Amino acid sequence: MTEAIEKRDEFDVEIKGTVGKPFADDPKFESRNVDVFYGDKQAIFDVNLDIAKNEIVAMIGPSGCGKSTYLRCLNRMNDTIPICRVTGHIKLDGEDIYDKHQDPVLLRARVGMVFQKANPFPKSIYDNVAYGARLHGLTSNKTELDDLVEKSLIRAGLFKEVKDDLHKPGTGLSGGQQQRLCIARTIAVDPEVILMDEPTSALDPIATALIEELMIELSAKYTIAIVTHSMQQAARVSNRTAYFHLGKLVEVNDTDSVFTNPEHQLTENYITGRFG
Amino acid sequence: MKQSNTDKIKASLKKRYAKERRFRLYGLISIAISFLFLLVLLVNISIKGLPAFHQTYVKLDVTIDANVLGIDKNSDHEALFSADYSIIITKTLKKMFPDVKSRKQKRALKKLVSNSAAYDLRDAVTANPNLIGTTHSFWFLAKDDVDVYAKGNIDRNLAETERRVKDFQLAWIDQLEKEGRLKQRFNSRFFTSGDSREPEQAGIKGAMVGSLLTMLVTLSLSFPIAVGAAVYLEEFAPKNNRWVDIIEININNLAAVPSIVFGLLGLAVFIAFFGVPRSAPLVGGLVLSLMTLPTIIIASRAAIKSVPSSIREAAYGLGASRVQTTFHHTLPLAMPGILTGTIIGMAQALGETAPLLMIGMVAFVADIPQGITDPSTVLPVQIYLWSDSPERAFTERTSAAIMVLLGFLIVMNFLAVLLRKHFERRW
Repeated sequence: MTEAIEKRDEFDVEIKGTVGKPFADDPKFESRNVDVFYGDKQAIFDVNLDIAKNEIVAMIGPSGCGKSTYLRCLNRMNDTIPICRVTGHIKLDGEDIYDKHQDPVLLRARVGMVFQKANPFPKSIYDNVAYGARLHGLTSNKTELDDLVEKSLIRAGLFKEVKDDLHKPGTGLSGGQQQRLCIARTIAVDPEVILMDEPTSALDPIATALIEELMIELSAKYTIAIVTHSMQQAARVSNRTAYFHLGKLVEVNDTDSVFTNPEHQLTENYITGRFG
Repeated sequence: MKQSNTDKIKASLKKRYAKERRFRLYGLISIAISFLFLLVLLVNISIKGLPAFHQTYVKLDVTIDANVLGIDKNSDHEALFSADYSIIITKTLKKMFPDVKSRKQKRALKKLVSNSAAYDLRDAVTANPNLIGTTHSFWFLAKDDVDVYAKGNIDRNLAETERRVKDFQLAWIDQLEKEGRLKQRFNSRFFTSGDSREPEQAGIKGAMVGSLLTMLVTLSLSFPIAVGAAVYLEEFAPKNNRWVDIIEININNLAAVPSIVFGLLGLAVFIAFFGVPRSAPLVGGLVLSLMTLPTIIIASRAAIKSVPSSIREAAYGLGASRVQTTFHHTLPLAMPGILTGTIIGMAQALGETAPLLMIGMVAFVADIPQGITDPSTVLPVQIYLWSDSPERAFTERTSAAIMVLLGFLIVMNFLAVLLRKHFERRW
């Protein structure tokens, strides 16, 4: 009983702004005063965060803390939810992505997304990877498209496993392979940023390790924001880690210092496993 | 404590399994009952309807006398065509039964063969004028009374006043039978001719073509409109909008409107206001489209709704627009469900009678419709018309028409299964 009360006390620590290093010198994304509402309910409170070029930022926090909601703001995926409202400013390369003149279609081509549950289209592996390129008319002939599909699959580390089965359905692959197929599909459009929403939560450790390696390789070319429930994963792959709590961004810092020397009480409680 | 719980569970197990067995038994019984009813229905219809697929023919040795007809081998087509061949048939019959004297019996004698015999003879002669002057055996369609008797549906032992075929007629039929001049043949006329007042000549082709044309109009109108409406309501319409809610409620209510009301609507709007020709597959198709629309819309919306949102998100995430997401992913994935709904709607429309009565498709139409604006009838209405006819020979035709209608439905369902398989395999 006393333990539970103690826990609630730890939960009630007041959050006054974000501690650590939320801003970067060379930002790809700049978020300022971002609030998100679902109907009358506010899901995210005043988030200020930069994501630097070629950086991997991990977002951690207990379930329902708003980290996925925030991630989905970055490519305006929340537009598809009618009751969702976003205020504040999110800038990509200095341009506000919620500006009236911004086209969400173009934005989503520049900011790719990999989802928690692997969601390949129920089409062939080839068609899955080629879909984005066909959609945007990125290639002018079949050979170019073949090359693009092959290149994307190689970069997603899947080509060796599927090179003889390109025309078999993507849904027939294993969970880990499906998720890498989704990554291949995303990088085939050659976005500037890749958002990953718990990409390994449904995978076994071996498949997870493969995807984590892939993320580190991809960060050479892309900016990556990842939401994860696994603190080890955040520690392994990310440069900076952001801790969200009840819709508020509590702490952002270099990953090493978040896990070894958290500034905020809540962060410490979370990473030491006292709740969450 | 623990031990007693296990005991309690053990004690209750028997009861639980008994309950399960009982429930399974109820299920089996209800399935058996419904199968029994279906079987009774099918067997009953088959027994009544199967004789209609055979028809009695009478062999007559016809002498095509040039003097009687007033034509010869060199007459032109017009003359050959307009000669009175029924005289020859009558003469032939009189020669076969020379004892017939009274007017009444003479009239009855003519009715051994159908009046189509004269037309058959005409067609044979116009096709081959060399027949003129020769004697030839022809198989002519027997009159319905002869056919009904030959199929054993008239009891000889009844008093003469109580049966349609009198004693002297029975004698003729017996004589024909003895001479091997009666034969049952496959009734191809049933599938190749339109409706007729003479039961032996009545066929179902007019109704079949009418149904086909009506279904064509219904499908080509209701499918695109319904799928378009369903896609708009599911994917594009603003949520929580009062107008959208009103439209939704109305669509759901329309599905429950009695079909005769749609018939009245069609009469008032399509025929009276827009002047669409009545009794035609066009107006029938229009009315049935109205009836089918809500069914397809509701089924399509359910199918679209059941497409996992992860697929939509994946497409949006790659930069697909809403229309692209819908047409590349949502709609193809929903297609099996949409098609099922469409077939259910079409099957309903195929069996619908009431609204078509209001727009004049109940008229007697002997011609086979050539297009969607020709007067026509449809299978269920044909069944209704025949079931209402007094002649005994129409009874078996009614059941035969039901069998054809059921055949249509089975083919449609089979097509639906094939289409569904096809679309599912692509994914």
